Amino acid sequence: MEIAEITKQRIKAHLAKGMRFDGRTPMQYRPITIETGVSKKAEGSAKVRIGETEVWAGVKLGTSIPFGDSPKSGTLMVTAEFSPMASEKFERGPPSIESIELARIVDRGIRESDLIDLDKLCIKEGEKVWCVFVDIYPINDAGNLADAAALAAIVAIKTAVFPEYKNDKINFGVFTDKHLPLGEYVPFTMTFHKIGDQLIVDPTVQEGEASEAHLTISVSSSKKGEFVHAMQKAKDITMSVEEVNSIIDHAVKEFKVIQKAFEDATK
Amino acid sequence: MAYTKRFDGRKADQMREVEAKVGVVPRADGSAMFKFGDTIAIAAVYGPRHLHPQFLQDPQQGIIRCSYDMISFSVTERKRPGPARRSQEISDVTARSLEPVLLLSQFPNTVIDVFINIVQADAGTRCAGINAASLALAHAGIPMTDLVGAISVGSLGGSVVVDLTKEEEDYEEDGEKAATDIPMAFTLRDKKISLLQLDGKVKPEDLKKAIEAGRKASEAIYEIQKEALRGLK
Amino acid sequence: MIKKQEFDEQPQEMDGGMDIHQDAGYEEKKERRIVVPGEVIATGQNFLPGENTKRDGQNIIATRFGLLDIEERLTKVIPLSGTYIPRRGNVVIGKVIDITYNGWLIDIDSPYSAFLPIIECKGFVSKKDDLSLIYNYGEMVIAKVLGVKGKGVDLTTRERGFHNLEEGMIVRVNSNKVPRVIGKQGSMVNLIKEYTGCNIVVGQNGLIWIKGENIESELLAREAIKMITEKSFVEGLTDKVKEFLEAKTKDK
Repeated sequence: MEIAEITKQRIKAHLAKGMRFDGRTPMQYRPITIETGVSKKAEGSAKVRIGETEVWAGVKLGTSIPFGDSPKSGTLMVTAEFSPMASEKFERGPPSIESIELARIVDRGIRESDLIDLDKLCIKEGEKVWCVFVDIYPINDAGNLADAAALAAIVAIKTAVFPEYKNDKINFGVFTDKHLPLGEYVPFTMTFHKIGDQLIVDPTVQEGEASEAHLTISVSSSKKGEFVHAMQKAKDITMSVEEVNSIIDHAVKEFKVIQKAFEDATK
Repeated sequence: MAYTKRFDGRKADQMREVEAKVGVVPRADGSAMFKFGDTIAIAAVYGPRHLHPQFLQDPQQGIIRCSYDMISFSVTERKRPGPARRSQEISDVTARSLEPVLLLSQFPNTVIDVFINIVQADAGTRCAGINAASLALAHAGIPMTDLVGAISVGSLGGSVVVDLTKEEEDYEEDGEKAATDIPMAFTLRDKKISLLQLDGKVKPEDLKKAIEAGRKASEAIYEIQKEALRGLK
Repeated sequence: MIKKQEFDEQPQEMDGGMDIHQDAGYEEKKERRIVVPGEVIATGQNFLPGENTKRDGQNIIATRFGLLDIEERLTKVIPLSGTYIPRRGNVVIGKVIDITYNGWLIDIDSPYSAFLPIIECKGFVSKKDDLSLIYNYGEMVIAKVLGVKGKGVDLTTRERGFHNLEEGMIVRVNSNKVPRVIGKQGSMVNLIKEYTGCNIVVGQNGLIWIKGENIESELLAREAIKMITEKSFVEGLTDKVKEFLEAKTKDK
């Protein structure tokens, strides 16, 4: 059952005082834990938990013919399967619009930050390139799947290695110790939710249901400073320019908690 | 030449390391993980819940629906996400292997949904899935007369071995496939067969031996399932 | 036209030990063993199969995962999990999900949909009235299960103490934990009320309404309830909850 309207009002009233039901501050995440190498069959894989939310992501490599306009570039494909296992709200059948949207957000963060140097994934120009598949599976939805999914994806990519490639074909199941070519920017994805006049990150299920609008933003940090790589606003309530500006400010400040979890897991 | 020494050194009647855990998907009404060596299955149960469309409803009893799927990176060559004929068939046999123990008449017009994800595959995935599902159904508080345990037994070049690995499933003699995989499930207290599949080539006497080996292995699976549920309080 | 205000005369104070909770409480006893479906829990004709058990030849087996309870000859299993199945006479809390020409469709967090017909509402309501002024879309209502038949459940709010919930918060627990939250003759819920000063109504369907002086006291009650559901079968839980509430309210 969706959250009751009266409970929603209580969440709002409490937030107006800067407080949340579970004692967190508005910009505080639940504990984040990451396990890598969760599937021996994957080139790279990760299990991310944020509170009780759990998402698995895996990287598989394959080869294909490059796109005509980029004959030397490898390809990237991100999918998210919202398995009905993770929540009574996810239906059986073809991918829902939510799972497509989630995959698109994660895809753009990775693509636009050049996390993977696709130009270095050429096997033979115009004929054969590597393709990188990143597949995301939510196992338990306890709120904030988007951030957990994005984090699982970048950890899986960071830890991925090439399979053995011999005589023009992949020797599946045999891995080398060569990592994927990565660029200097790593996109850290955070979703900000608007409840009443307040902004929060990492909502619980109840807070997520009380959320009136949310904005997902991917930020990277390097010697050249911070960059924003992808943004997506959802739900049908508008946000003011001030609110969006405030989210940008929060994002470049608060992404460090995700960055730290990422770096600890991929050391 | 018979298959006398197993690739991983196990005895013929020895399962791989088995592990079970209940409650791995907190949002579901019941859930469990079951592991045979490198094969890992997660099952989550939702229900009994409202069933729509209405024409599927049975006014005399609830129905059980299973969805078995392998995640794309559970196997060495990426599996395309989404259902395929193989997973549909396995979903169906899984439901039929569990149905005999469920007291569905208590929930007319409803559905119990069981979702099984194979997160890492090294043969025996449907059996791991059935074991996880049996635990998840019990954990969800579904009325049942028994638990169900599944095991894959193989006949490899005339030798009967339990809990095959992928390498054993692909066993060849003289350049020919020489392994027959026989997945089976038992009601665990009652020791009745609720799933039995076979495709391959096996002598009738070996088949009988295989079923007996499966029945014996199911006793160990019973202990593991009981332990997993009792560990919860 | 019926106005909502007319119903507000209902006494706000609802006694947790009110008749709706009778016999529903869980009694703390010494250790209870966990049993699994199919497990033989007693042998011989001396024993009788009670709730969630079944006779199988000489044996009585458990038909549900839960705690074994044998009282003299009667065996039963106290479930630890499972969805809410409505029973006649249950007090439930539900949400108005639709309004039809002759009543309200209520989600009671169960596989069966519930209906509250206008004749089962207090006072005289005509089909011509705007029903949303009595119970509006999305509103939470305390109701009693009048009857269960086939696919549906009929509810009533005619009696005293049944009404819509205009403030406070809803906490959701597994319905099988409800007896524990209530406690023997309401002892547990009364303890929470006493320390937090909150008004609490526990629906048999696992939805609990808490309304206090302020959000902090409601959250304290919520935390105590969470503790009960997480440690529901720990020995001496009442004392532990009491200690917890005492420590939390000491400074105030």
